[in-house]
Amino acid sequence: MTALPETTRRKLGLVIDLDTCVGCHACVVHCKEWNTGGYPAPLSDADPYGAEPTGTWLNRVHSYEVETPGKAPRVVHFPKSCLHCEDAPCVTVCPTGASYKRAEDGIVLVDEDLCIGCKLCAWACPYGAREFDGGTGVMKKCTLCIDRIYNDHLADPVPACVSTCPARARHFGDLADPASEVSRLVADRGGYELMPETGCRPTNRYLPPRDAGPAPSDGEAGASGDPALPDASPEGGFLGWIDRLLSATAREEGDRGAPDDTGGR
Amino acid sequence: MHPAYSIIFFTTASGAGYGLMFLLGLATATAVARPDGDGPAFAFAFGLSLVLVSAGLVSSAFHLGRPERALRAFTQWRTSWLSREACLAAATYVPAVLLGVGWWWGEPAGAWRYLGLPLAAGAAATVYATAMIYRSLAAVPRWSTGWVPAGYLALAAASGAVWLAFIATLFGAGGNLLVGVAAVLLVLAGVVKGGYWRAIGARSAESTIGSATGLDRLAPEARVHVLDPPHTEPNWLQREMGYQVARRHAERLRAITWVLAFIVPVILCFAAWFAGGSGGAGASVALGLAAASTSVGVLIERWLFFAEAEHKMALYYGKRHV
Repeated sequence: MTALPETTRRKLGLVIDLDTCVGCHACVVHCKEWNTGGYPAPLSDADPYGAEPTGTWLNRVHSYEVETPGKAPRVVHFPKSCLHCEDAPCVTVCPTGASYKRAEDGIVLVDEDLCIGCKLCAWACPYGAREFDGGTGVMKKCTLCIDRIYNDHLADPVPACVSTCPARARHFGDLADPASEVSRLVADRGGYELMPETGCRPTNRYLPPRDAGPAPSDGEAGASGDPALPDASPEGGFLGWIDRLLSATAREEGDRGAPDDTGGR
Repeated sequence: MHPAYSIIFFTTASGAGYGLMFLLGLATATAVARPDGDGPAFAFAFGLSLVLVSAGLVSSAFHLGRPERALRAFTQWRTSWLSREACLAAATYVPAVLLGVGWWWGEPAGAWRYLGLPLAAGAAATVYATAMIYRSLAAVPRWSTGWVPAGYLALAAASGAVWLAFIATLFGAGGNLLVGVAAVLLVLAGVVKGGYWRAIGARSAESTIGSATGLDRLAPEARVHVLDPPHTEPNWLQREMGYQVARRHAERLRAITWVLAFIVPVILCFAAWFAGGSGGAGASVALGLAAASTSVGVLIERWLFFAEAEHKMALYYGKRHV
């Protein structure tokens, strides 16, 4: 039955650091690489080398710009995969029992052999985490790399996206355990859930970007003589004499200026 | 939401079919329709309702990725409205077949006619379950209103009633009662549909691109916009759930729905009433046009129902609020 478990012993999930994510898409590529082999059928692509390529991806990186008056505009790279919700609406709408949430670790999975491809679970998910695979006619989704995290033979039994992240922006662990590394990260950095108003109670958490400080005013940006930077020019001696000589030469060239730059003086 | 033609055809056809079944069940149970007077009209109307319902159910299987596994959809009735719909649709065939047997081989006013009550209940419950599939999707806030099941039930009853009035008149078994019922149900359906459009126009957005990404917490006045989407081309999620109909286009289609589904058929019902509900050729023509107009109007209404619905997933792809 596609009823949700009342509680799960563990809440395995991801904590994603939006402050350090550089938007390289390596997690997206490794996710596809691992899961295209881990499934009975690959994550299909349509028209991969044509004019309108499209395909099945379980993890995506969005890039946003945040504009705040008085602050520098900020680019935030935003990876998103299944959030393994505690109150997962994709599970209860499933008419076949193909979708289920595991009581032991909270992972939401699809049994591909039961799925009829009605797509209702994708309609029910407010986060757009479910993927319809047109090649096999069934629904696919992030499994938290269930075939990696319980594999004792791997040196790094964590999801593929976590193992590959060069910025260490992705963390995997048990969010039900307050002493776990991921829970401490959430507590320290003010980790939050996406769209809490949906009532889905997602497991995954996002760590907000740190404050970027005030916007640099015009003319000050990148200029030498920034009071924050100590003057590294040597004062005296041979190096000081070289520095003064070079600075004077540079000033003379600056005074001559470019021919089209003289009108404003 | 992407308006899939198989689902639009399914809900329109099975809606009219279950509307017909509902009214035929009530008419038989109350002995308003009797085998010793209304045989051919009943046979045609009952046959049409079975064809519409069955064609709708078959077409609904066409949107499945794996239609050969469709039988599995009968298993999860405890949690899933889609599974409940499948079970109720299948269960409604039982009183339908038994009622047909009683009509042809039973006593004219025998106790079998009370099978019309479970038939009417099954028809109404199936349409309600169909509507609840959409009503229960919190990810599509426009559907999270009681006006959705009300609209599906009212439109099914109205379209079934118009078709029943037409068929009965065609076979000379009609009367002003059926025409009057059709007109009243059409007006009721129009009121409910108007209520739905008012409700979705009045609701304020629940979620924004800021709450979807959580980036609104950086500052109260932060403005989040998409810098780069995840892919160079739109993906399946955007095609399936990011579908958006232009506002002006939607307003024009709403006006067409008002005219075709409600105004024209009500006027034609009045024309048929004054032409003498039973038997007259003029009444048959008027009611035939009314039935056709209603069904085309409901098809457009159903297309709009999907095309106007916005999914919260679209927030991640640049929609500002849903």
